[in-house]
Amino acid sequence: MGFEEFKNRNISEDYVVVQEDNYPKTSWESFKQVITRSVKGELFTGLKITFKMMTGALFKGEMATVQYPKEKLPIGPRYRAVHKLLVLLESGEERCIGCGLCEKICISNCIRMETRIDENSRKEVLEYTINMGRCIFCGYCAEVCPELAIVHGGRYENSSEQRAHFSLKEDILTPFDQINQQTEFAGYGSVSVDADEKIKKTPLSY
Amino acid sequence: METSIIIETIVKVIVVLTVFSVLAGFTTYIERKILAFMQRRLGPTNVGPYGLLQIAADGIKLFTKEDFIPANANKPIFMVAPLITAATAFIAMSAIPFFPEFEMFGYTVRPIISDINVGVLFVMSVGAVGLYGPLLGGMSSANKWALLGGARTAIQLLSYEVVSGLSLLAPLMMVGSLSLIDINNYQAGGISNWIIWSQPLAFLLFTIAGFAETNRTPFDLLEHEAELVAGYATEYSGMRWGMFFIGEYANLFTISFLISLIFLGGFEPLWFIPGGLAIVLKVMFLIFLFLWTRASWPHIRPDQLMWLCWKILMPLSVLNILVTALVIMI
Repeated sequence: MGFEEFKNRNISEDYVVVQEDNYPKTSWESFKQVITRSVKGELFTGLKITFKMMTGALFKGEMATVQYPKEKLPIGPRYRAVHKLLVLLESGEERCIGCGLCEKICISNCIRMETRIDENSRKEVLEYTINMGRCIFCGYCAEVCPELAIVHGGRYENSSEQRAHFSLKEDILTPFDQINQQTEFAGYGSVSVDADEKIKKTPLSY
Repeated sequence: METSIIIETIVKVIVVLTVFSVLAGFTTYIERKILAFMQRRLGPTNVGPYGLLQIAADGIKLFTKEDFIPANANKPIFMVAPLITAATAFIAMSAIPFFPEFEMFGYTVRPIISDINVGVLFVMSVGAVGLYGPLLGGMSSANKWALLGGARTAIQLLSYEVVSGLSLLAPLMMVGSLSLIDINNYQAGGISNWIIWSQPLAFLLFTIAGFAETNRTPFDLLEHEAELVAGYATEYSGMRWGMFFIGEYANLFTISFLISLIFLGGFEPLWFIPGGLAIVLKVMFLIFLFLWTRASWPHIRPDQLMWLCWKILMPLSVLNILVTALVIMI
């Protein structure tokens, strides 16, 4: 297979090539070009366009401004911003079982977790940090998580004095008193709404 | 009698200085607003209603900013250059009749600081002295961008002085006087008497030269922010930088007044509009035209600028003078 179709960068068939091979050669030709361009009124077309833009902005409410810190544009549900660690809605227990898959799959090596076996001989997650200076927001961690515990949230305003600031576990984990505000995640890596209809029975259930 | 004239002149000078300093600040606001609307954004909105107090905020910022002088700069010249720009811009206004004569408390006021009989020559020559501001500022800054800006000042302002002077000659030959009041009175009696109809080419040439002399955008080479960082004003800060811009906007008003006085009928009454309002409307339209072209047209290269000046505009203006002279002779 050749690369011809990849080398064709014309995004539109309506491209007009300006002055492909009719550059003025003599000074008389360049003079004629200047005169035709002056008389053709291209400059006044430009003036007309900006005036139309101004009347549109002033009288037809076609202003393009978003007053950013005050008003924000809605972001898509599949947007991948800073991570969140979800909890179980019933009990408020952490969903994360400390399996370490996200740590393993992370291609920029920015997730680090510390676990131990607690007194009930279950795995307990002690620390969970994401180095935001390195994270490329690929979404592999959310995709691989078997418990839907780590997801991508919508918080995108994260400025810091240091490039590598950390998302500590207490920053991204849903707090205990805000469990009722936690919505089931509909974004990247989550189960689709019609998942139950799509699931086919495995042979074991026959 | 003598003292009353002195007092009257001083009052006029103070009025012109304050009004045009405030207008210069206000024009920056208007410019930002109009450019914003043409680019479909809002412009200044946060300070005061509709951002009107932005002028005060800018003023406070300019006055309290550190006045920075580079180590290798030629200090006295560096410090005096903005003063030249601002001062010449205001001196040029002293020969411009802003309004028709009017009576106030039984006293006839002539809204011109000094009615000299070579008004046009005075305004143009003082405006030409104003090029020393950017030129000296650019050359004394010890900065290569500023130096390039200064060099461009020399090529641009100096050459377009030739065009503006030559293009004005033809209307002056028709009027037969250099006084701006005489030129204005020549066009008394309605729109059909405006000089723009008998001298359209001179109007066009003078407007183009006016754009170049006030370094408005199509010819904004002195501080072309895409090529030179800020041109001649790169090293300036605080109120010294502000002086350059007060001078620039004052020049803008001077040129607008000149165009409307010489070509557009000046302060003659227009239908039912009294003369004072008519000239204000004309000047406002011209200022809007200056801002409009700034939003629409791209910059041009210095070589294109010089090509346009010396190969197109200057021969055309000489031709215009020749044709006018022939018509007058016949």
